Amino acid sequence: MTDIATEQLGDGDVPELYRSGRAKRNRSRNFRIAAYAVGLTVIVSVGLFADWAKIADSYFDLERAKALFPDIITIAAKNTIVYTVFAFIGGVILGTSAALLRLSSIRPYRWVASIYIEIFRGLPALLTIIFVGFITPIALGIRFPKVLGVPTAGIVALALVAGAYLAETIRAGIEGVPKGQVEAARSLGMTHGQTLRKVVIPQAFRIVIPPLTNELVLLLKDTALLSVLGVTPLTKELTAFARAEGSKGFNGTPLVIAGLLYLAITIPLTRLVAVLERRNKQAR
Amino acid sequence: MTATAPSTPAIEFRGLRKSFGTNEVLKGIDLTVAPQHVVCVIGASGSGKSTLLRCTNRLEEPTGGSVLIDGIDITHPDCDLDLVRRNIGMVFQQFNLFPHLKVLGNVTLAQRLVLRRSEEEAQQVARDMLERVGLSEKADAFPSQLSGGQQQRVAIARALAMNPQMMLFDEATSALDPELVGDVLEVMRQLARDGMTMLVVTHEMGFARRVADRVVFMDQGVICEQGPPEQVLEHPETPRLQQFLEQVLEH
Repeated sequence: MTDIATEQLGDGDVPELYRSGRAKRNRSRNFRIAAYAVGLTVIVSVGLFADWAKIADSYFDLERAKALFPDIITIAAKNTIVYTVFAFIGGVILGTSAALLRLSSIRPYRWVASIYIEIFRGLPALLTIIFVGFITPIALGIRFPKVLGVPTAGIVALALVAGAYLAETIRAGIEGVPKGQVEAARSLGMTHGQTLRKVVIPQAFRIVIPPLTNELVLLLKDTALLSVLGVTPLTKELTAFARAEGSKGFNGTPLVIAGLLYLAITIPLTRLVAVLERRNKQAR
Repeated sequence: MTATAPSTPAIEFRGLRKSFGTNEVLKGIDLTVAPQHVVCVIGASGSGKSTLLRCTNRLEEPTGGSVLIDGIDITHPDCDLDLVRRNIGMVFQQFNLFPHLKVLGNVTLAQRLVLRRSEEEAQQVARDMLERVGLSEKADAFPSQLSGGQQQRVAIARALAMNPQMMLFDEATSALDPELVGDVLEVMRQLARDGMTMLVVTHEMGFARRVADRVVFMDQGVICEQGPPEQVLEHPETPRLQQFLEQVLEH
């Protein structure tokens, strides 16, 4: 303080002690320049040394890409979406039920829910899919019906897996609703069930919308695992379709197109969640 | 006061005890609230006053003794709590409005579910109650769009819409900014004037002095002193109450 006072500064001037700001500014600018330089070098060297013609041919063959349409949309993408939507609906129903059982006051109910959750969260999804798709129909003589031209075995398997993950998410959502909400509802004479249905669950779902959508995206990607269930041409989803097309002549173009289609679904989905979250904020 | 009190008290605690684990919060409380009376409970935090209030509608389960509402023992295992609770309005420190519903929805929800009123009737009652607390123009707002004082008044309207026979206030103004306390207290004062039976846990000594028929001072899980406000607040007998009042009134 005394240093500053003795320097006889004008109004708005910066004393010598505080001038180190300039050196810091210079340092951060130099670091930024260096970072740009490194990035540019990498891009230029890749551009110079890569065999662009071969890459274009292997991954972006326009003729091959054209040949994929319209089947890649009308069959493959459609099936992927059907698998995802039905598995998600099933998963939410299973997950909500398991979450409520986990929170039940009846101990055996809690056990049942825990066992279900632990099994299907702990097993690889692929194993569940093979088990439900191949073993169960033979062992139990069950024939899975078709929904919208798609076999339901895959949907059931994915729903079982998704339900186990969603159960924990939804349980956390239910427990995330403040205790005061339940107390307020009960103090008004509402029953346990009414409180759950009208106060707790609506708020819990608002809390879990982001993780729920995350699960939807994961599920969409997991439909690729269904390609192991010997699919017929009409029941192929995106990955099975692209793989079959790609293996004709060992070309990557179908996989690239399939990848772009996955992104065309997942990216708007995550954007949508951001919008929903913002809109929900005032009602929370 | 006891001479004019009707035979059946609105609320009666008989040897009420409550423990959380090994921590005994209420150590045998005997207290009666006569119909249409306002009883204010004061005391330092941790004295057990909120727990006492929460035992009144069994949001907190008593570990001993009994609670009688209009002569009915609500600690009896056969007692239908949901029936008891609809007659006891409760207002919380943190308002606890339902954030996913608009103000009108907050006030109509329990009317429709519990009292089976039609949507129309429930809305009519809700609008009347909102007018009573001075917030009829906020019916279509979400709770998050209201100030704390407005939220608390909605919470009062929500409780009143059930036509309760008595109201419990659990530090209803403690979470409010100082300039918003007055509106809420005014609504409470009006309620008292209208003859509502009220059990009020509060730090507002001015309110206790002007509105209460009786003031109860709790300390360490027991009722330390009680009586008319001028006696308890002006001429405290026990050193504990004297000390408490000194601390409170210093500010």
